[in-house]
Amino acid sequence: MPGPGRRQHGGFKPQNTGKTLGRLIKYLSCYRLQLITAAIFILISAAANVVGIYFLKPIINNYIVPFIGQKNPDLSGFIKMVMLLCLVYLTGVSGTYIYNRIMLNISTGTLKKLRVDMFTHMQSLPIKFFDTHTHGELMSRFTNDIDTLREMLSHGIPNLFQSSITVTGVFLMMLILSPLLTILVIFMLFLMFLTVRKIGGKSAMYFKKQQEEIGKVNGYIEEMIEGQKVVKVFNHENTVKERFEELNEQLRQASTSAHTFAGILMPIMGNLSYVQYAITAAAGAVMAVNGLIDLGTIGSFLQYTRSFSQPITQISQQMNSILNALAGAERIFQLLDTEPESDNGYVELVYASKDENGNIKESDTPTGIWAWKHPHSDGTVTYTELNGDVRFEDVTFGYEENKTVLKGISLYAKPGQKIAFVGSTGAGKTTITNLINRFYDVPDGKIRYDGININKIKKADLRRSLAMVLQDTHLFTGTVMDNIRYGRLDATDEECIEAAKLANAHSFIKHLPQGYNTIIHADGSNLSQGQKQLLAIARAAVANPPVLILDEATSSIDTRTEALIEKGMDTLMEGRTVFVIAHRLSTVRNANAIMVLENGEIIERGTHDDLIALKGKYYQLYTGMLELS
Amino acid sequence: MLKKLLPCLGKYKKYAILTPIFVILEVILEISIPFLMSKIIDVGVKNGDVDFILQTGGLMVLIAVFALLFGAIHGRFSAIASVGFAKELRKKIFDKIQDFSFANIDKFTTPSLVTRLTTDVTNAQMSFMMIIRLLVRAPFMLISATIMAITINPGLSLIFLFAIPILASALFIVASKAFPRFKAMLKKYDNMNASVQENLIAIRVVKAFVREDYENKKFLDSAEAVRLAHFNAEKLLVWAMPIMQLTMYGSITAIFWFGGNLIIGEKMLSGELFGFITYSTQILVSLMMISFVFVQIVLSRASVSRIIEILDEEIDIRDDSNEDPEVKDGSVVFENVSFSYSKNKDNLVLENINFEIKPGETVGIIGGTGSAKTTLVQLIPRLYDVLEGRILVGGRDVRDYKIKTLRDSVAMVLQKNVLFSGTIKDNLKWGNENATDEEIIEACKIAQAYDFIMSFPKGFETELGQGGVNVSGGQKQRLTIARALLKKPKILILDDSTSAVDTATDSKIRQGLKENVSDTTVIIIAQRISSVSDADKIIVLDDGKINAIGTHEELLATNSIYREVYESQQKGVA
Repeated sequence: MPGPGRRQHGGFKPQNTGKTLGRLIKYLSCYRLQLITAAIFILISAAANVVGIYFLKPIINNYIVPFIGQKNPDLSGFIKMVMLLCLVYLTGVSGTYIYNRIMLNISTGTLKKLRVDMFTHMQSLPIKFFDTHTHGELMSRFTNDIDTLREMLSHGIPNLFQSSITVTGVFLMMLILSPLLTILVIFMLFLMFLTVRKIGGKSAMYFKKQQEEIGKVNGYIEEMIEGQKVVKVFNHENTVKERFEELNEQLRQASTSAHTFAGILMPIMGNLSYVQYAITAAAGAVMAVNGLIDLGTIGSFLQYTRSFSQPITQISQQMNSILNALAGAERIFQLLDTEPESDNGYVELVYASKDENGNIKESDTPTGIWAWKHPHSDGTVTYTELNGDVRFEDVTFGYEENKTVLKGISLYAKPGQKIAFVGSTGAGKTTITNLINRFYDVPDGKIRYDGININKIKKADLRRSLAMVLQDTHLFTGTVMDNIRYGRLDATDEECIEAAKLANAHSFIKHLPQGYNTIIHADGSNLSQGQKQLLAIARAAVANPPVLILDEATSSIDTRTEALIEKGMDTLMEGRTVFVIAHRLSTVRNANAIMVLENGEIIERGTHDDLIALKGKYYQLYTGMLELS
Repeated sequence: MLKKLLPCLGKYKKYAILTPIFVILEVILEISIPFLMSKIIDVGVKNGDVDFILQTGGLMVLIAVFALLFGAIHGRFSAIASVGFAKELRKKIFDKIQDFSFANIDKFTTPSLVTRLTTDVTNAQMSFMMIIRLLVRAPFMLISATIMAITINPGLSLIFLFAIPILASALFIVASKAFPRFKAMLKKYDNMNASVQENLIAIRVVKAFVREDYENKKFLDSAEAVRLAHFNAEKLLVWAMPIMQLTMYGSITAIFWFGGNLIIGEKMLSGELFGFITYSTQILVSLMMISFVFVQIVLSRASVSRIIEILDEEIDIRDDSNEDPEVKDGSVVFENVSFSYSKNKDNLVLENINFEIKPGETVGIIGGTGSAKTTLVQLIPRLYDVLEGRILVGGRDVRDYKIKTLRDSVAMVLQKNVLFSGTIKDNLKWGNENATDEEIIEACKIAQAYDFIMSFPKGFETELGQGGVNVSGGQKQRLTIARALLKKPKILILDDSTSAVDTATDSKIRQGLKENVSDTTVIIIAQRISSVSDADKIIVLDDGKINAIGTHEELLATNSIYREVYESQQKGVA
């Protein structure tokens, strides 16, 4: 199946086969009854095939040979045998259909369950997980790994089971027919198993090598195509071609070996069975001449020798594909085992109302007022009105241990204030905002929201009280309206349009082919960067939260367009606590407090005028920009 | 359609021709074995002739051994041929993409090009392998086994007159009904994967708006849609195996009955019956194989046509000049230049552009998003060709130079820039493979990259990781400027290349350029007025037309757009 994220990861062999298999079986356990039924029908299907061939013996010996040359032979026994054979075969065919159908049901159901579990689990993982895993890597769980599992569930396991039954059944029937001829067969059988092991093993080894080379070639292709324009600008086409030729040739060599071993297995096995067929025929004939065996037995036996090689080849191939699938399953379980975002918060956000004395009470219906519901250990519950008061007390933080990004940050934002962060790339501006909504966690008591330790607040409720407009705008497949409504799912169309007007997005939306019903494709590729950002602002506006975080929200909008949306932004920010990160100093000028960050520390703070008067870093940055005058 | 790709076989052609020959030899040998077996029984056993039995048996073993040998040979040859075919194909596509102009690259997205080079090539390889082996083996086997069966007993062969059409049409019906359903399933499957991808990219938005449950519910729907579509499609394919068995078993039963009667009537021998049964299996299995291969080939057709699309792509910028003149100096002249991405005069992106830049001048370009600033500068190194008018670099039309010569003299730092995996030094050497350490350090100092590079523990030997993930946006921009400087170009174009660099560093970079490479013409596209205000001249672009050209002071006095931008960037400073 095609799909994005094609790169194969990992090798062929799973690390912990037993455990993975156990977990997979657990996944299948809700289909226990269906699995047992399927197994029974596989058995029936295989048995019918084996038994059917045996009929040749009685038919030849008892109903044909005795009547040869008779004028009016008695065919009633013959007819009975043929009818019986029909019955056996019909049972077999029904068995084949039923088990395939059941396995289809099991495999599609299990795959869906796995996909949903994986997706749901992924949604619960902390941001840190996504920082350390590439999209391609995670996508390949959903595509490659699931695909190999599908192959294993719908074909691999049933085939393996059926082939094993067939091989055993055929062997048993041979023993019954002629133990003497079977001894000859055992020798050939041994040779066949040896061949399969040897060639199969070699083939698996080279396929693993091929996989590695494919990884290298694909990695190089992706990187170079991604940077194709740079390659052209630097006249590097020939160097790149040469390097590709090297990798391509290495892949060819590994791949040729892999496909050679895979390619010769079938003809070798098929013809080995012909060697056996020949030997059996000759030996059987000699025995018949000496009266040791009858014609019917030779006939059946010969057919059995022909039906040996195919299931043996199948077994070896399926074993490989099953091991491959288990490696995939292991990676899937690894993802499912990743620790989800922990949330020990118990303070909730609730609708509230105030009585005449100003006491806050919980309310069942929306009131326009929100409050933090704070249960205490002694059983009492207190309510605090949601205002948007945010305090940092001496916060030190690093994404990795012993690599601090923020050092001793203290700050406070009173409700309705606009706090701006200024500083060069990597100074830690975005990190601060990521701590407020608990994308990353800091020790208890360091950050307080309306006086409450944010680690005590339920993450979902905390985030609901904040709206973010991020540096990179991301939209979802769906209509423009859907994307705005993402901010608040129960917003009416009117409220969404109102928000769009606020963000100055209304005028361009109106000009889209279907207005608010225009479908946005893959991450908004049919919109300009600026238009996407306007939609992201509208999305935050419709959420209508007390706290707003704008992380370079206007960076991709040119200054003229920015001037247009500034008015909307001002309305949006009114009465809210706002954290702004911006490169352009003009956008942060009217903030209540500006924090200048450098290497994770606040080196200057104050209003625009304070900082200009200070003649420090901010002054330098500001005048650096204005050195023209 | 695959035929069109056959010239790609190159030196592997020999193997591609030999494979079917050995396949046919193997089939001929295989097909003779059951016939000899029937002779052993009908002649050897009947006459009690042990010598005949042993001779014929020995012959059969010999034939089987040769068949095995031929089988192994075509296994090997087909691997060489098909893998070699894939390699040449990959090479051809990759080389073709390297020859693409910007306009060609714009037509395809990066993932779609990657898919063509990876999955599509693999699909073509599998199809090719099947064609030279299975698609030769199966029909040949079908025909020769049928001939053998007729030779043994023409009357009994009439069974195949029923069996073959029944199986063929049943398989055809199943396949043709299942095909649209599979297509529908693949579409749903792609949608589902797209939504996973979308969620991965936008995970911060999902979490910031607490939409995990909402997304989970959406995904549950699309996962169920995929399950259902998959089930409905495979449901039909589930019929294929039982149908095959039914025909096979039916034929065998019929052969038993009619064959048995023929034997009783002394019109056939027992050994012939055994041989006949073997041939019937071969015939029906071959038929199944043919249908299977056809389905695979049809499925791979989309891949093949995507590959052909690349190979057939017309490259629109070529080296047409036979001479190879040098670029004399860094002067640039635009004469009545108009340009359109769609090569359509009614859809002009740039219209009637005229200006002149003297060697060593610094020129700023200012304009809103969509005013075609990037388009304008991309015409100078001939990344696109003009629609009308001409561009002179160093006094000659850009189309008179060899592309390599021109682009070596015109260094461009792209807006969307890329670093490659490897060390910082490897990346810088893209500018000049033979650059000395001193030259590298100097370029880095001008680009204000030296200090942060040295702050890394490994300095210039720091590994960057794919796409330069280990450095920040601003650091990446400074590295790409240093890389361009190492080319020692006559013209340096910076397309919004300092947007992530803070203003102080930005001004230091411009200072460095002025002091160290004063004879290089520098063209700067910027959002910030401060980045261009000290330029010798500034071009104001508006909607693909030149609105004004002048110095900072002149424009401030006379140009309303320029003044507007200037004021918006320093509102309230006064």
